[in-house]
Amino acid sequence: MQINLEERLKENPVLRKQFDELDAYIDEKAGQQGSLINVMHRAQEIFGYLPDEVLAYVSTRLQVPRSTVYGVVTFYHFFSRTPKGRHTISVCLGTACYVRGSNSVYDKVTKSLGIKAGETSPDGRYTLDLVRCVGACGLAPVVVIDKDTYGRMTPDKVVTLLNKYV
Amino acid sequence: MEMRTLHVKINGRDYQVPDGSTILEAASAYANIEIPTLCYLEGISEEGACGVCVVDVKGTRNLPRACLTKVSEGMEIWTNTARVREARKINVELLLANHPTDCFTCERTENCDLRDLASELGVREVEFPRTRTEWLPIDNTSLSLVRDPNKCILCRRCVNVCAKVQSVYAIDIAGRGSNSTVSTFLNEGLGNVECVNCGQCLLVCPTGALTERSEIPDVWKVLGDPDKIVVVETAPAVRVAIGEEFGMPDGTQATGKMAAALRSLGFNKVFDTDFSADLTIMEEGFELIGRIKNGGTLPLITSCSPGWIKFAETFFPGVLDYVSSCKSPQQMFGTVTKTYWAEKMGFDPRKIVVVSVMPCTAKKFEKERPEMKTAFHYWQEKMSLKDEEAFNDVDFVLTTREAARMIREAGIDFANLPDEDFDKPLGESSGAGVIFGATGGVMEAALRTAYEVLTRKSLPRLDFEDVRGLEGMKSATIDIDGTPLRVAIANGLGNARILIEEVQKGESPYQFIEIMTCPGGCLGGGGQPLSNNPDIKKRRAEAIYREDAGKPIRKSHENPEIQEIYKDFLGEPNSEKAHHLLHTTYHDRSGE
Repeated sequence: MQINLEERLKENPVLRKQFDELDAYIDEKAGQQGSLINVMHRAQEIFGYLPDEVLAYVSTRLQVPRSTVYGVVTFYHFFSRTPKGRHTISVCLGTACYVRGSNSVYDKVTKSLGIKAGETSPDGRYTLDLVRCVGACGLAPVVVIDKDTYGRMTPDKVVTLLNKYV
Repeated sequence: MEMRTLHVKINGRDYQVPDGSTILEAASAYANIEIPTLCYLEGISEEGACGVCVVDVKGTRNLPRACLTKVSEGMEIWTNTARVREARKINVELLLANHPTDCFTCERTENCDLRDLASELGVREVEFPRTRTEWLPIDNTSLSLVRDPNKCILCRRCVNVCAKVQSVYAIDIAGRGSNSTVSTFLNEGLGNVECVNCGQCLLVCPTGALTERSEIPDVWKVLGDPDKIVVVETAPAVRVAIGEEFGMPDGTQATGKMAAALRSLGFNKVFDTDFSADLTIMEEGFELIGRIKNGGTLPLITSCSPGWIKFAETFFPGVLDYVSSCKSPQQMFGTVTKTYWAEKMGFDPRKIVVVSVMPCTAKKFEKERPEMKTAFHYWQEKMSLKDEEAFNDVDFVLTTREAARMIREAGIDFANLPDEDFDKPLGESSGAGVIFGATGGVMEAALRTAYEVLTRKSLPRLDFEDVRGLEGMKSATIDIDGTPLRVAIANGLGNARILIEEVQKGESPYQFIEIMTCPGGCLGGGGQPLSNNPDIKKRRAEAIYREDAGKPIRKSHENPEIQEIYKDFLGEPNSEKAHHLLHTTYHDRSGE
């Protein structure tokens, strides 16, 4: 796996740059106990998600067993092992949003994009997520796209909204 | 240092217990109350994961877990109130709600901790509905172990043993909440990761979630085939443990009954791995002598334990040159049977089936290593065999438990069998071969031979007490007629790691190191009977040393059958032929 990675880095300058960036961050954290979660956060920022080879690489660099790295990554919702789309759509199904009909908003999104929660559309445009409360219950039902929050959503409004994100 | 004692009440009686004890320890040691638990393993797994050990403590609202809660001055503990009984029952019922109900056909049907506990607590029905709708896939990727995640209760004993005792870290908890499972990296399966196949996880599993990959059906099949010559070899540690499976006292030497039972199962020859243990000593002992005399790579590190070999290949590829090139006794036996014995008897090697009975799960992996087809290569040219006809040196490996299961299945009254002997010539062994089964045994056996060869003098005393005992690490300086030989022994891979890191840094002060994968050596192997006796390894070790002391021949080089195989077949120890047949090579697996 590691030998394989070396060869791929030679052929792929973009990947090389990403790994260099990760390396720099790990060097900064070197020797600090419990830096695994921070490093994984940074890695996800750099790569957009956490590919298997990054998990293996971080395990070797931090000298943390790879079963532990895998355990941590699969524990936290925040970490994603599949590539994210250009836009992340989070539909809130928390109590307040739910009683105000967010499930019909969610249904509409899944139908129009053809993907379920946790999946990415084949064109790489959208990733759909389900969340349980984003702390904006006064605006229920809420949809968050990337870093913007949209309130009082309806099935019709959400379709128009999605079309703004290309 | 004087330990402070605390005054506590357990179920209304007063006790003085050492400060720092948990409620679980105090109740067991002072009040003779065994608080039930499914996840606790002293010093190894103290997680409070199963929630079965809850107790009532006066003045606390909740029921604390006895395994994690330390006693305090004046504490009043009740281990058997209605609240406690109800809570334990509910916690077990919750574990049972999603547990498969195939107890009839489960391998652990007779010794399942979960089932026993449900019965002890009087659980008669499970109030909670099943929430898991699909069965999780069984991990069949390993040649040694099978993992059924559906039977896993997430007690974490296996995870902790793998990490803390063996320092392998092949598994951890993945996912969260109700989706948690014990998993390898990327859920690739035990056969595709750093798992060394030692089976220590299996020994501590409270349910049937971890079992060996059974080869019983294959062995029954060859036993029923009249065209095959089926021979069996038994490892040293099996004879002092197999009796446990038949209700005999712990530490029974059941060698004669084992030989009789295997003969009754239909094996054509009942041979002994102790013979090839003697052969290993000749090869490894002379390898040591050669390296000392010729300034070779030192320390020499033993190579009989296949879990250790995979561990070295995975984590310490840089030390592989230090490891003895000798095959393990199991593999030497297979090769010798299909070359020397086949030739001597005029048998077609393709018709010989070698079955070994081992205290070990890693042996199932070892026999499948691609380089373990030496007998085939020996015959290939002579018999003009095609590559597709390749056969393994050892065909099947049964654990001690599997052999016992076959004996039970055949209705053999093991405990009352008259003793029988092994067959000759591959059943003859010395006491040195027997002690291979205990930690320090390979070292002692090698020293008995190396001393006499190096000094050309007879050993004044055969027992090297300094290298005996169940401690995880031991070292000693042995006086070889004025020349000091520094030796070290480790059992359990966590201990081995410490010695091997020294070797890797070039700082090892030793000339000879024995490594055994499992705590206690083979007698504590992952293929041994499951036991609740905390002193079980001690009992088995005592039996092994009694067996050695009772042998007329106690040095490998004095075994007449060993002398004969060198005279008639191999030539000298470490001869070219011996190297070709009895030695092997290792691979760097660090990139896998």
